[in-house]
Amino acid sequence: MRVGLFVTCLVDLMRPSVGLSALKLLEDAGCEVLVPATQTCCGQPAYNSGDRRAAQALARKVLREFSSCDYVVVPSGSCGGMIKVHYVQLLEEFPELRSEVEHLAHNVWELADFLVSVLAVQRVAGRFEGTVTYHDCCSGLRELGVKLQPRELLAKVPGLTLREMGSPEQCCGFGGTFAVKFGDISAHIADEKCADIAHTGADAVVLGDVGCMLNIEGRLRRRGDAQTKVVHFAEILAGVTNDPS
Amino acid sequence: MQVTSQQFKRKAAEALANPKLRKALSNLRARMVIGRAQSVLELDNLEQIREAAKSARDFALAHLDHLLEQFERNACARGAQVHWAETGDDVNRLVLEIARRNAVRKIIKSKSMLGEETGLNHYLEAAGIEVRETDLGEYIIQEARETPSHIIAPAIHRTADEIADLFQQKHKLPRKTDIGEMTREARMVLRPHFLTADMGITGANFLVAESGTSMIVTNEGNGRMTTTLPRVHVAIAGIEKVLPTLEDVAFILRLLTRSATGQSISNYLTFTTGPKQAGDKDGPDEFHIILVDAGRTRVLASDLRAALRCIRCGACMNHCPVYQSVGGHAYGWVYPGPIGAVLTPAYVGLENALDLPNAATMCNQCGVVCPVKIPLPDLMRKLREQQVERGLRPWSERLALRFWAWVALRPAAYAWIARLLAAVGRWAGGSMRLMHKLPGGASWSRYRDMPAPPGKTFRELYRRRK
Repeated sequence: MRVGLFVTCLVDLMRPSVGLSALKLLEDAGCEVLVPATQTCCGQPAYNSGDRRAAQALARKVLREFSSCDYVVVPSGSCGGMIKVHYVQLLEEFPELRSEVEHLAHNVWELADFLVSVLAVQRVAGRFEGTVTYHDCCSGLRELGVKLQPRELLAKVPGLTLREMGSPEQCCGFGGTFAVKFGDISAHIADEKCADIAHTGADAVVLGDVGCMLNIEGRLRRRGDAQTKVVHFAEILAGVTNDPS
Repeated sequence: MQVTSQQFKRKAAEALANPKLRKALSNLRARMVIGRAQSVLELDNLEQIREAAKSARDFALAHLDHLLEQFERNACARGAQVHWAETGDDVNRLVLEIARRNAVRKIIKSKSMLGEETGLNHYLEAAGIEVRETDLGEYIIQEARETPSHIIAPAIHRTADEIADLFQQKHKLPRKTDIGEMTREARMVLRPHFLTADMGITGANFLVAESGTSMIVTNEGNGRMTTTLPRVHVAIAGIEKVLPTLEDVAFILRLLTRSATGQSISNYLTFTTGPKQAGDKDGPDEFHIILVDAGRTRVLASDLRAALRCIRCGACMNHCPVYQSVGGHAYGWVYPGPIGAVLTPAYVGLENALDLPNAATMCNQCGVVCPVKIPLPDLMRKLREQQVERGLRPWSERLALRFWAWVALRPAAYAWIARLLAAVGRWAGGSMRLMHKLPGGASWSRYRDMPAPPGKTFRELYRRRK
């Protein structure tokens, strides 16, 4: 089974441990993992900023890079949703690409969903001593139906206890460029998320999108919370930490 | 209503700094969101009903010309008078003409967002006619000389304390703090107006083509009195409000009240078909219905058409993290929240509401609760695309996006820049591995730290691993 790993630009730059974790999880499950070296970004920042042409150019690039894969796996619900849900509409002006786009959309998976629904992973390498709370990132949840899958996987991690927050499905306020264009509103929304996390008393908040991780961790630290860890579920499952390299 | 959507950022900042507003808005999640979630559980086929409601609204929009003429025929057959208004000004003029013809001195109104669009109250007051809002929320904001901040809960931005102060000042009665007592006091003040008004104005939740009926959904009884007590009743309705049959209305109502207030059904459903008929005990002598375009046909012909499916439940704003944070006034026109971020630019011009389609995290909470499945984030994105096409975005943003896209399309340059940023970020993060300031990224770092990258990109680590 040839599985293409779409690393995502934020993972590449800000949190490579998530990419390494995804790689390990897929390989441990017996996948042949392909990591196209030329990959960069799925085009979502341009797409959501209204620059359709730039988004199309990047979408076509992704299409070319992953054409030989049986599956494409993304450790991000946001970028995964972009490819799975939005590419078909984004590239509708190119009817010659249609079957290829639909093929990609059909075969692209968010990582947790893929591990549970396709690979039926039973055992994971990581362990975590402590309590975590899980934040459902918007795109994964509402575009791809990622809700139970990461929880099911976390339940297999020895030592880990999950304690749900009050509103795990409430947006963290990131929203890509929204966080920069409307920084004050974004921070206010993030504050509510931080309070909800703090209320659980968990050692870590676990989630599946690096964008939201940067937002939540950035706001937690600014509020003076130096304790609560902000971790991608893949890092916990694979037992890989985000240490300086 | 005057459009102030271009001041969104300033007004949003003011809203965030207003503790009373924060307190008032906390009701949204506590009441509206939970209320809706609980009441939709009563429907074991919610998704099927949503799909059916979407189809029914789409059908109506696709057959609008035919249905509106059918509505007109049937309404006139029952003695109603139907008028067509192309613009908001036409609405105001028509209402004033009807008022003048009937020597109207006092008007009572039940809630109408369309009336807010056209600035009807000010227009009538300027013509020397007394206008009384009778919906409790509308009454409060009329007394406070404000505009609604929510389409179904117009005074949601006010705390009970503030309203107690307002009532004490306006009613000149001892201050009350119990909400039930305050409501009784407002009722006591309003009752004489109901009994002395010459004309009643309502909006319409739906128009029923097969029967020529206009109908409203209310909770306080003021709507029922507005349609029956005065000798003239004028209903103003956007042309998109028409549905083919009463059956359509009946099943869409199952979604409307649950989505809006979490009620299985509202306290009142008022169906008005024609004026007082022979043998009727009550009802107006004249019943006028004004069918209003005011930009709707333009939206119908655009790729924003799905927004016209809206049944005005307010669920999108109740569930919107941005609306929950800043409230409705920041949006600067009649319709706030996600539906406002689409309708405002559509009705008043994209160039007059540049921030609104961008002021959303695209979390799609609005899209999943919308009873008629309006793809609100997709519509906002279309408006963002139009801003780019029309050159309405700031040059700095355009340049940054252009540069970023140029780099992202060139893997070698991209890898090199990412490597540089990762190394610099590692250094800037220091031992705490946090950046407190981002050069050129102050709008992030004013509110948040930035977790520093660990130093090497995935690309580098992957190559090393191989």
